[in-house]
Amino acid sequence: MPSFVIDEKCDGCKGGDKTACMYICPNDLMVLDPNAMKAYNQEPNQCWECFSCVKICPTQAIEVRGYSDFVPLGSSVMPMLGTEDVMWTCKFRNGLIKRFKFPIRTTPEGAANAYPDLKGKDLDSEVLSTEEADGYTLKTPQTV
Amino acid sequence: MALPNKVLGELKAVKDPEVEEREVDILIVGGGMAATGAAFEAKKWMSEGQTVLMVDKASLERSGAVAQGLSAINTYIGENAIEDYVRMVRNDLMGIVREDLIYDLGNHIDDSVHLFEEWGLPMWKLSEDGKNMDGKKGLKMGTLKSGATPVRTGKWQIMINGESYKRIVAEAAKLAIGDENILERVFIVEVLLEANKENQIAGAVGFSVRENKVYIIKCKTMLVACGGAVNIYQPRSVGEGMGRAWYPVWNAGSTYTMCMKVGAELTMMENRFTPARFKDGYGPVGAWFLLFKAKALNGLGEAFAFSDAAKAELEKYAPYGTAAVTPTCLRNHLMLVEMKEGRGPIIMDTVTALADLAAKLDKKELKHLESEAWEDFLDMTCGQANLWCAQNCEPEKKNSEIMPTEPYLLGSHSGCCGLWVSGPDLDWVPDAYKIKAANGKVYNRMTTVDGLFSSGDGVGGSGHKFSSGSHAEGRMAMKAMVRFARDNADFAPALSMSKEEIVDLVYKPVRTYLEHCAYTTAVDINPNYLKPEGMAFRLMKATHEYGAGTATFYQTSSKNLEIVMDLLQVMREDCEKLAAGDLHELMRCWEIFHRIWTVESHLRHIQFRKETRYPGFYYQSDYPGQDDANWFCFTNSKYDPKAAKWEMMKRDYIKIIPD
Repeated sequence: MPSFVIDEKCDGCKGGDKTACMYICPNDLMVLDPNAMKAYNQEPNQCWECFSCVKICPTQAIEVRGYSDFVPLGSSVMPMLGTEDVMWTCKFRNGLIKRFKFPIRTTPEGAANAYPDLKGKDLDSEVLSTEEADGYTLKTPQTV
Repeated sequence: MALPNKVLGELKAVKDPEVEEREVDILIVGGGMAATGAAFEAKKWMSEGQTVLMVDKASLERSGAVAQGLSAINTYIGENAIEDYVRMVRNDLMGIVREDLIYDLGNHIDDSVHLFEEWGLPMWKLSEDGKNMDGKKGLKMGTLKSGATPVRTGKWQIMINGESYKRIVAEAAKLAIGDENILERVFIVEVLLEANKENQIAGAVGFSVRENKVYIIKCKTMLVACGGAVNIYQPRSVGEGMGRAWYPVWNAGSTYTMCMKVGAELTMMENRFTPARFKDGYGPVGAWFLLFKAKALNGLGEAFAFSDAAKAELEKYAPYGTAAVTPTCLRNHLMLVEMKEGRGPIIMDTVTALADLAAKLDKKELKHLESEAWEDFLDMTCGQANLWCAQNCEPEKKNSEIMPTEPYLLGSHSGCCGLWVSGPDLDWVPDAYKIKAANGKVYNRMTTVDGLFSSGDGVGGSGHKFSSGSHAEGRMAMKAMVRFARDNADFAPALSMSKEEIVDLVYKPVRTYLEHCAYTTAVDINPNYLKPEGMAFRLMKATHEYGAGTATFYQTSSKNLEIVMDLLQVMREDCEKLAAGDLHELMRCWEIFHRIWTVESHLRHIQFRKETRYPGFYYQSDYPGQDDANWFCFTNSKYDPKAAKWEMMKRDYIKIIPD
């Protein structure tokens, strides 16, 4: 299901310090044509359809069209990523539409507790930092 | 890899790139679950003055196997005994596993899962009256750590709302290690040994896929955790659909290749995974089997897996086949028996399953159930959702076909190939499972090369870690690495190659291209070089036809293996003439190089193990069935970088956990 970029909607993320889709694509597929100032997928048959570019695009310029070798035309699946939920609109080839909303995160973005001040005490033990802080004791197997 | 007949890449490669040299104590190569676990743990143990750097081929926020999200965490020990976790993995992988590594991991997995929840990953909970609550509604039940009950779909799996799983885990890793200690879009392509000290890692080299720059990074110790290997066999879809690999299409076997090339010992590389998934879209089937209780039918409409014939077939593989939970490979095997005998295709009976559930549920509950079924796809395989939409497939009205995929190599899912690493230095761990470094000390998850560590898909002999286990294992490896760096504080790494030699190695495909590209009118076809796309297809054709790919129902033979080994030898020679006109293509050149080495090791192992240990994953037709008398052992291999020779060997399996 290769991603495609709608010409009219893509502004090449001008004004931003990086092109969003190019920044995010795990397989380095999305590139910016600097002359046209438009992004495109440079290698559609290596697209994993992970929707990372679709979800991050600030102008909703990116969608996906099912792989031509086995997906009939006419359907679409579109996410709208919020801060707490994702809304999916799934459109069937026959026009049926299903909408789903799922939570994605229970804390504000940027608020993950990385335990910046936690310092482990015993580097020679086999317990991890947060386990040590919790007083966790390693279990020992009942062996043969 | 469909690059048009001109250099389309926007980032042209030049002959003489800039060079950036760095030196750190601890280097993390990779950016997935294992690497982010390592990054989280690093500074908790590092002392003042120690340095760390993480290098990711992509962008940490969406890199690795969890980029797209996941709908479940497949391993959470919770109320279970760790011994039972070991028993489950052992049975699924047909008896031969590193029980020390699995038990050790079982000690730490839940801590990572608890962190994920604290960071904001929504986890489903059971309400007081036993109803499923999603990750948001379930918040009121408290956290798993505080004793809330997760929603289990099997003994080990817990359900999550995991669209942003990787983003959340990456955020914690970034905050823990600091942005200034992360290089994104830098592809490490070779790791290097120390110039003056035998069998010691000293650094890594790679390049930026965003600018013409080669990186040379020296280190005292290194984690290589870049996932498994995908697109090594011709996929069932060969057009645009080639990208719809079940596992992340960007996993190029880099972990195995980079480590084996410096002499790190590999184990069980013959093991592979060919998951049975919804046909073409490769959407997950686990929730359908476990949560919705759907049955797989053959083309005649029979629930073949419950037949007497299936029972008899499974008895051939006792005790694994007769265990309460049938091993993954044998479930595939039963499916393949049906297909080969003309009773295909295999159909997931979603209609009956949902009708049965509908009879027990009210309207609201049914609506919720439908949403759960779709979320299972949308959280982790969006394309499968689109395929159902395109096929006008509503699962309550229309069944879907399932099919085993092309083979994948990995060490974290239902597979166990990878590096032979040390177990922890604990009393109950057999000495044969402890690897001693030059200083006589044992470092958990260290490979047979001093200072070189792995985790996640990289560590062999211990599958079923999945996302949570990979994260925990990365943390475990990191703690041992900090210890290694402390114990070797005086070690000043010196590389075995000069700066010029390194640049020439890394940028060789660019230089080959620039030297010859003007010779022909169309740059893709030139007798002096080969573009990576062509080599990728050559590899996939060879493995497909000779190496137990889908073309032969996963069957190979000694003669076929002999032929494919010759083909691989020529491929390695032709890799000397790979050509890249832009930075994206340079990445593809190195990826195919990594894939070829990884596949060679996979097939060497299949050649060495003269039995069929994993029916359903592959069949060695000259040696059908299992031969416990000769092969109830690990098969290990070691590439000697100086002599450029392979050595194959057996290593004893040691039973730690009783039946």
